[in-house]
Amino acid sequence: MSRAQILSKIRATTDNLKDKAAYPEYDVSVMVSEVKLQESDLWTAFSNNFKAVNGRAMSSVAELVEFLDGNQQRTGYCDPELYDSIGSKLAEAGLKVETEYDRERYDDYQFGITRATGAIAESGSLIIDDFKTSHRLAALSPWVHVGVLKKDEIHRSISDAIEAFGDAPNIIWCTGPSKTADVEGILIEGVHGPGEQIALLV
Amino acid sequence: MPQQIDEYAREISDEKQHSVIDGSSKGTDKRYSVLFNDYEDPNSLRKLAGAIKDHTLHHLDEYLEKSEKALTDRGVNVHFASTDEDARQTILSILRQHEVTQLTKSKSMAAEEIHLNPFLIENGIECLESDLGEFIIQLDGDEPSHIVKPIIHKNRRGIANTFLREGIAPDYNDDPETITRRARVHLREKYMTAEAGITGANFVCADSGRLALVTNEGNSRFGMAPVKVHIALVGIEKIIPQERDLSVFLNLLGRSATGQQLTVYTEFINGPKSENQPDGPEHMHVVFMDNGRTDVLASNCREILRCIRCSACQNVCPVYRQASGHAYRSVYGGPIGAVLSPILFGKRFPELADLPKASSLCGACNEVCPVDIPIPDLLLRLRDKAKREEVHSEGAIPMSPFATLATSPSLWRTAMTMSKAMNHLPIQVAPIKPLQDWLGQRTLPDSHGGDFRKWLKDRKS
Repeated sequence: MSRAQILSKIRATTDNLKDKAAYPEYDVSVMVSEVKLQESDLWTAFSNNFKAVNGRAMSSVAELVEFLDGNQQRTGYCDPELYDSIGSKLAEAGLKVETEYDRERYDDYQFGITRATGAIAESGSLIIDDFKTSHRLAALSPWVHVGVLKKDEIHRSISDAIEAFGDAPNIIWCTGPSKTADVEGILIEGVHGPGEQIALLV
Repeated sequence: MPQQIDEYAREISDEKQHSVIDGSSKGTDKRYSVLFNDYEDPNSLRKLAGAIKDHTLHHLDEYLEKSEKALTDRGVNVHFASTDEDARQTILSILRQHEVTQLTKSKSMAAEEIHLNPFLIENGIECLESDLGEFIIQLDGDEPSHIVKPIIHKNRRGIANTFLREGIAPDYNDDPETITRRARVHLREKYMTAEAGITGANFVCADSGRLALVTNEGNSRFGMAPVKVHIALVGIEKIIPQERDLSVFLNLLGRSATGQQLTVYTEFINGPKSENQPDGPEHMHVVFMDNGRTDVLASNCREILRCIRCSACQNVCPVYRQASGHAYRSVYGGPIGAVLSPILFGKRFPELADLPKASSLCGACNEVCPVDIPIPDLLLRLRDKAKREEVHSEGAIPMSPFATLATSPSLWRTAMTMSKAMNHLPIQVAPIKPLQDWLGQRTLPDSHGGDFRKWLKDRKS
């Protein structure tokens, strides 16, 4: 009943509008902030913009090991498909790496390593979608999230990333660590999600 | 009698007023520079955004049906709610259908508008706000006073006391980081035991049905990851024609709201989780709500439906800054509320008709609006509506004596000549109540007795 009522109320107005606004044709490139894309290499441009939103861009597993070890983040989850290339190297360095995420023990994971679908250079965003990430929660509950991506998965602009949405029913862009300024406008990172957002290039 | 805005502003505590002034003025430079550093001509972009919204609103029936089809095709259950009561009952019946007794909810102005939380709690469903600010509002039984920063009117001391009182914290600690960590621990336990997540939506793309949802905290993401049911309550004006239009709106929303290029978590959803994915809802429901929006569409203020709830107008409004969002007597405070509330809640028009009058029409709200809503014009149209419908605002100072004076040239001339005498008379204490009320908030400059008129008349052209 509500459906018919709403549509008929809308039509009562729109049918009588003398000048219905046409869709404004525009080129999406007008929305691209070129100043954020001064570097032609997309990984460099992404890294710079990701750092600007307090993300950490890394290009080697050794760098990740050093960071996790140095910050006492020594237990975590790794997508089984990334175990050979990344997880095993963390384990070799003495970190505890699990390839099963047990949601009952969500507080035990200090880091979560999952596959990113891509990244956006213009905004410094990691893209995660339902198809590629092994666990939504593993990318969310640990203090450190590591999104693993390849160079050819980096989109230049926000509009390019939208064009490449694909069919996944759930896509999320993570532009830095979870944050709030609700208390007196003071910025605090790590509210519900990760306090550290890392992009690891492989 | 509801308190008028100026009365509210006079009586607000200094502590609350300072919080609001500090909170709303903070970040003004950041919001400005992120637009003007990143774009050569941001003004043309907001005009584009306004034009896309106008087009959508003028064809809303088509886009609503298109969105419905796109969502239904992807396994989403689509519902429609004409009124606030319809929306509440629809959501309750979905929850009962899935036997949900516990849920978390991320910030949604539409849900605030229909007072969803208290209704669900009355009906035996544990319903917890997960945005930090909204969580604190819920603990305090308070109302949000700002769209983006709901606890702009509170300070850390009050919050620390709330946490102690409600057992969220074992001791008093007003360090903002400690407050946030304590909320983190408390809320993730709730996320993990909840059975459903309720969200709003910032945009709905009619071509794919994709809902765009933004949060900085990641609370809506967390609220949906462990649960089986996702319900999105969406005002029908949230629709945009195509996914490609998201680049216009997302770029403008983050910048105008908080000075960010993008909000941290920008999520796009058009269906239940994919089969390979262990986390996420198996059932997705979208409730498209009217609740007065079609009345706004029918009015001469329909441009207000372009609004993307960025709160930029609240932050710059001198009246909002002095009076706080609570002075506007609905969930929408500030300039957006002064236009939207009197027409959205149509039955309350007589009670809310004073809101459009509480403005100096300085135009700052329009200057910062990312969808170029001509708010000052709309305020004037609503003042006109009140006049035509002979709605008198309680407590408003009658201006008819001044109107008589100002519309009669001879009376005006005489008054001008005599006005010099007022410089020497204690008119503030004259026993005329409207005059006392008016002068109670203003200091008049000395009268020059019509010197300007004389100069103008004698001037050689």
